[in-house]
Amino acid sequence: MSKSDLVLRAKKVRKEYGLTVALNDVDFDLVRGKVTTLFGENGAGKSTLMKILAGIERPTSGSLELDGKDISFDSSTEARANGISIIHQELSLAPNLTVRDNMFLGSEIRSLGSRVNYAAENEKVREIMKRLQHDIGPDEIVGDLRLGQQQIVEIARALASDARILIMDEPTSALSNVEIEILFTVIEDLKAHGVSIVYISHHLEEALHVADYIYVLRDSNMIATDEAKNVDLPGIVRMMIGRDGAGSTAIDQKTDQVVLELKNLTIADPANPARLAVDNFNLKVHAGEVVCLYGQMGAGRTELLETIAGRLSQISGQILLNGVDIATLSINSRIKAGVALVPEDRQRDGLVQLMTVGHNIALSSVGDFVKKFIMRTSPEVASIEQKIKDVRVKTSSHKSLITSLSGGNQQKVVIGKVLLTNPKAIILDEPTRGIDVGAKAEIFQLLSEQAKSGLAVLFATSEISEAMASANRIIVLSKGHVTAEMDPKKVSQSDVMAAADDKTSKLRIGAGA
Amino acid sequence: MSNQVSKSTKNIFDGFTFGKLLTEGRAFIALAVIIVVFASLSPNYLNLSNVIVMTRHVGLNALLAIGMLLVILTAGIDLSVGSTVGLSGVLAGFMLMQGIQIPGTQTVLYPSVWVIVVLCLGAGALVGLLNGVLITRFKVAPFITTLGTLYVVRGTALLIAKGETFNDMTGKPELGNTGFHVLGLGKFLGLPTGVWVMIVVALVTALLLTKTVFGRWLYALGGNERAAELSGVPIKRVKIWVYTLSGICAAATGLIIASELTAGAPQTGQSYELNAIAAVVIGGAALSGGRGHIRGTLLGAFVIGFLGDGLVIVGVSSFWQMVIQGAVIILAVALDEAQQGSKKKQKLAKVAAEK
Repeated sequence: MSKSDLVLRAKKVRKEYGLTVALNDVDFDLVRGKVTTLFGENGAGKSTLMKILAGIERPTSGSLELDGKDISFDSSTEARANGISIIHQELSLAPNLTVRDNMFLGSEIRSLGSRVNYAAENEKVREIMKRLQHDIGPDEIVGDLRLGQQQIVEIARALASDARILIMDEPTSALSNVEIEILFTVIEDLKAHGVSIVYISHHLEEALHVADYIYVLRDSNMIATDEAKNVDLPGIVRMMIGRDGAGSTAIDQKTDQVVLELKNLTIADPANPARLAVDNFNLKVHAGEVVCLYGQMGAGRTELLETIAGRLSQISGQILLNGVDIATLSINSRIKAGVALVPEDRQRDGLVQLMTVGHNIALSSVGDFVKKFIMRTSPEVASIEQKIKDVRVKTSSHKSLITSLSGGNQQKVVIGKVLLTNPKAIILDEPTRGIDVGAKAEIFQLLSEQAKSGLAVLFATSEISEAMASANRIIVLSKGHVTAEMDPKKVSQSDVMAAADDKTSKLRIGAGA
Repeated sequence: MSNQVSKSTKNIFDGFTFGKLLTEGRAFIALAVIIVVFASLSPNYLNLSNVIVMTRHVGLNALLAIGMLLVILTAGIDLSVGSTVGLSGVLAGFMLMQGIQIPGTQTVLYPSVWVIVVLCLGAGALVGLLNGVLITRFKVAPFITTLGTLYVVRGTALLIAKGETFNDMTGKPELGNTGFHVLGLGKFLGLPTGVWVMIVVALVTALLLTKTVFGRWLYALGGNERAAELSGVPIKRVKIWVYTLSGICAAATGLIIASELTAGAPQTGQSYELNAIAAVVIGGAALSGGRGHIRGTLLGAFVIGFLGDGLVIVGVSSFWQMVIQGAVIILAVALDEAQQGSKKKQKLAKVAAEK
C-alpha cells in the first residue's frame, strides 16, 4: 500500500482503564476505498480501538493521523465533522424519536438560524433508504421498528453524515440474510465512492469475505496485518487465539450421577416473544463434570441459563435437579434446592454495590444464620471468611466495600455467594467477562476444584479458547438449536467455531460471492 | 509556613474530625445550630416543658418518617401516609362515638379502646397492603400507586366522617370505652405516650434493619433489585411488607393525634407525607434506595420539628417559615451529594495510590 492511499493512521495508540491495559501501543492503518477487517476475540480491544478512532474515547498515549496530519478528537461530533462515522455494536438510537430525528441527531439540517429543515431531512432519509433498498419512512418511530430495521437506521445514520471513514462494529448481528447481502452491495458502492470501511464481525467467514486488508488483535496487542487474499480462516483463528487447538486442561472427573437434566426445554425470546430463543433443548450434566455452552451472541445461551435459574420461565419442558422437576419453583426455592446462577452482567445482576464484600457473599444464605429471628454475626462472619479463603478473594477485610475490589475479585465474590448456598449444580454465564487473564485462569481452576468435590458445572461462553481449555464437554448452540456436542480433546477450535457459525451465513456468502 | 498550615488542617480532616462531623453528622450539626440559634433568640426555647412539647411534635413526624424510611430504602415512596393519618383518626372517632352496627340487627357494638387501636392499625396495614400489592403485582410505579391511594384514602375518611369532625372522643363509662386520651395526653416517666411510642418503634425498627434477614434483604433490594432477586431475595414479599409497615406507622400517628385532640378530623395529616420524606432525606437516606438508617431519620425529624417550632416561638411569619424549611431541606441534600462525591474521589485516590 502506498503511503498516499492511507486515510487514517493510528500510531502507538495506548488505552488504560484504571489498572487494566485495553490497548498496548497499537498501530492501525486504513486504506482509501478499501474494507479493513479487524479480528480479535471478545475483550481483545477491538471496540476500544474503534471508539478511539471515532472520538468517543481518548487514547492514554499515541497519536492519530488523518490525511497525513496529526489530529485528536474531543468528541464523536468532532470526529463526525472530520468524516468519521461509527455504527455501534449496541444500537445507540433513541427509541422514542422518529427515524429522521435519530438520523440527524446532533447534526440537524438547519435553515434560517436554528430552525430545523424537516423537508430537507425527510428528502435525505428517503434517498438513503432507497440506496439501502428499505422502505422505512422518515416519520416512523424507531422503537416500533424490528431490531433488523433499527440496525438499518443505524447504518443510514452513518451514511447521512457523508462519512469518508465508516466504522462498522458488528453491523449484521440483527440482520437477515437478504439484508446482509444488501449491506454488502452498499459496501461495494461505498468503496467505489472512495469511502474507507473498518469492519468488525463475529462471523469470521463473512468478515473475511468483505475484507481487503485484515488486522488481528489479541490480548490488547496487534498481532498481525496482511492483505486478505494472503490469509485463510484457520490462519486467522490461529492468530486470534495464539495457538492451534490447544488441548483441554480440564481433568476428567465425571461421574455417572446425573445432577442437572434439561428435557425438551423451549424458551421464548424475552425481547421478542414471537420468536424462540431456545428450541427443544436437552442436556444432562453429571456430578464432577464441567460442561461448556458455546455459541455466538444471540444463540440463546443467556436465556437458557436464566431459565434454569428461574428468572425467565420456559414455554415447555422440564428442569430436573437430581430427578426432581424444579421448573415451576421460584428463584429462592431453586437456590434452596441447589441450583444457582452466576449472571453474565456482574454489575447489573450480581452485586449490590452499596454493600460490603461480606454482605454480598452472604446475600443468598442469610437465612442460615438466624436464631430466634435475629441474625447471629459470628457464624455469619466465620462462613464469609471461609468463603473468601475458598474462592481466594483478595480483599483487606470482609467489611470492605464491594466496589473497592477489581473486576476479577468481584466475580469471585459472586461465585463465593453462589457456593455458600451449598449448590449441587452451579451455572455461570460468561464467567470471565471483563476480567484480566490471571483472574480468568483462577476462576476456571476454582470451577475445576468445585467439580472435583462433586458439583455439576455448566458455563456459557463465546470465547473459544475458554471453551477448549476448561470444559469436559462442549455443547454448541446456534440460534437456539444444538448444532454439535463435542469433546474438546478430540476436535480443533475451528471445528467448534464452524459448528457455532450459523449455517445460513455460509449459504449467504456463497450466494454473495 | 504555608506548608505547615495546610498540613495541620489536613490532620484535622484526616482523623475523627470536625470535617467528618460536618458531613457525616450533618443532621446533627444542623440540629445543634438550630438549638443554639433559637436558644439565643428566645429564652423559653430550651425550657424543659417546651422541649417536651417540641419532642411530642417531633414524635409524630418521626413515626411517619420511620415507616417512610423503610419504603425509601427499597427505592420506593409512600405518598399515602398523610391520608392514612386522617383515616385512622376518623375510624377511631367513628367506632368510639357511633359504634359498629351489626348488619341486619339493631345491635350496636362499642368496642373498647384497645380493640379500636388494633382495628385502626389494621386499617392502616390494609392501605399499605393495597399499595404493596398494586406495586408488586400490577407493576404500577410506587409514586403513582401511592398518589392514587392518597386521594382514595382521604376521600374514604371524608365519606366515613361525612365531612364532619368527631369531637370530644372521651368515650362513656357505661359503654366501657373510655381512656382514648391516654395515647396522646398520657405520660409515663414525664414523657408523653407518643414520645414513648416513637422510642419503641425506632428501637424495634433499628433492630429489624440491622439484625434481621428482613433488614438485610431491604438494603439489598434497594441497592440492586435485579441482583437481590437473582440471589433469592423474595422482593415482592419484602416490598409488600414495607408498605404495610408504613401504613401501620401512619395509622399509629393518626391515633395519637386524634387522642391528643380528642377529636378525629378527616382533614388531619394533609401534606404530612412531605414532612416525613424530608426527615428521611435530611437523615442521609438516598431516594434511589439502599442507603439510610434510623439514627439519621430521627435526627432529620428533630431538625424539622425543632426548626418549625423554633420559627413559631421566635415569631417568624408562616410565609417565611415555609421558605426557610424548604431551604434547609435542599441544603441538607446538597451537602449529602457533595459528601458522596468526595467519598468517590477519595476511593479513586486510594486505588491510584495502591497502583
